[in-house]
Amino acid sequence: MRTRALLALPAAALLALTACGGSSGDAASRGTAGSSSGGDLTGTLTVFAAASLTDVFTGLGDQLEKENPQLDVRFNFAGSDALATQITQGAPADVFASANDKQMKVVTGAGLQAADPTVVAENVLEIAVPHGNPGHVTGLEDFANADLTLAVCAPSVPCGAAARAVFAAAGIDARPDTEETDVKAALNKVQLGEVDAALVYATDVRAAGDRVEGIEFPEADEAVNQYPICTLKAAPNPDAAQAFVHLVNSDAGRKALTGAGFRTPGS
Amino acid sequence: MSRPRQGGVPLPLLVPAAIGTLFLVLPLLGLVIRAPWSDLGARLTEPGVGSALRLSLVTATLATAIAMVLGVPIAWVLARTDVRGRSVLRALVTVPLVLPPVVGGVALFLVLGRQGILGRLLYEWTGFTIPFTTLAVVLAETFVAMPFLVISVEGALRAADARFEDAAATLGADRWTTFRRVTLPLVSPGVAAGAVLCWARALGEFGATITFAGNFPGTTQTMPLSVYLALQSDPEAAIVLSLVLLVVSVATLLLLRERWLGRAAAA
Repeated sequence: MRTRALLALPAAALLALTACGGSSGDAASRGTAGSSSGGDLTGTLTVFAAASLTDVFTGLGDQLEKENPQLDVRFNFAGSDALATQITQGAPADVFASANDKQMKVVTGAGLQAADPTVVAENVLEIAVPHGNPGHVTGLEDFANADLTLAVCAPSVPCGAAARAVFAAAGIDARPDTEETDVKAALNKVQLGEVDAALVYATDVRAAGDRVEGIEFPEADEAVNQYPICTLKAAPNPDAAQAFVHLVNSDAGRKALTGAGFRTPGS
Repeated sequence: MSRPRQGGVPLPLLVPAAIGTLFLVLPLLGLVIRAPWSDLGARLTEPGVGSALRLSLVTATLATAIAMVLGVPIAWVLARTDVRGRSVLRALVTVPLVLPPVVGGVALFLVLGRQGILGRLLYEWTGFTIPFTTLAVVLAETFVAMPFLVISVEGALRAADARFEDAAATLGADRWTTFRRVTLPLVSPGVAAGAVLCWARALGEFGATITFAGNFPGTTQTMPLSVYLALQSDPEAAIVLSLVLLVVSVATLLLLRERWLGRAAAA
């Protein structure tokens, strides 16, 4: 019963927001405040979130603090697997946002969620090329070109598994020069101009700024990375946890996510 | 002390020595204990293990050879001449000792990369780029490991009795002949020790290699790189690979010690 009631809340908040329309920032503020305790949340809110959400969630945390002067929002940004382990080991977290379904299942599998997780964001692969695109890369098929210097992630890390999936979907025999150990290392080589292209996440391209250009490709849909979020049963501050999840699901939250290169479900 | 003077180890030396030995040996013991012995054979014959090991041995040996050709002369300049700015020179050539290897890798990019100061010229003239090749692995290892050789050989040169060299000079030998016929044989144990240290460091090199040379099986994926990648997906495989690297390096060092240092010490 409790779970159901909690689930209904974000939906109600979203409906309210949609009805408001117009200036989304204000609407989100009112929505958040209205659905929780009237802008007077107190205490400490602890959010465990995947490292790739750092910029977006820090901004949303600031907003929530501004609306609730008595509230102190703290973040623990790390790899989702590390966070899931910490939560199952009893870390006092209010909210968990995972970069993949697998690690969220570690937490829900232990029955630690207060409400069923909802997917708040999706991340897909994008081709990153150095500024000016010196290798004249136009699409995924260029990864079969042995004359180009190309980076992908190693198959054993998540971005590499995703790369393998999109190559398989496109029927491309990729000829990378290096299989990087993580997505930032691959991006770094684009920033240095040492590779003609790398396969990284759309959010990484956005975060890299002017030195990197992104090229979208249709096969990216074959490897969509979903970001589920949930409040936790053992949350020391359940009201604030609710408010934060509402904020992430609000128009303001979606805007922040899409601004960082995430897709939001249903958009 | 109740211990006999001869052969006894004073307690203030014995206790820290014992603790230090445990500290160094226990982690290795951990690897041995946790190794999946039952399917060791199957894991060792997996494709990739042999090529990574071969690549590691070849590149570390080449890096040591380059370090000897270039490093022994540096050590001689540091120990036997009083060119101005010698202490600055010593500080400069030992910088890679304190530099995080990943930074070393980036620095190599900035000079030898496709966009690097020298690498750009090379690329424009010949179309050849160094990064992501086996040569890049050798260069990265040399960069990180050569200072160990320089420091060892300089120490040996300083400890060597300069009167032999003076005697050679009074007998009419020029400095090159003296170096070749007197100095080098005199410090050969120091050179051998430095080479062994350099080789071991090159064999374990990770940070500069993964940055500058990337990671591709058969071309640039050395053992430390495959250990790191295996750790992401299959920790047991990582332990096996670590053990292989450990056994091969210890065996090589013991063998060299017998043949090289043993003979030099006996002479």
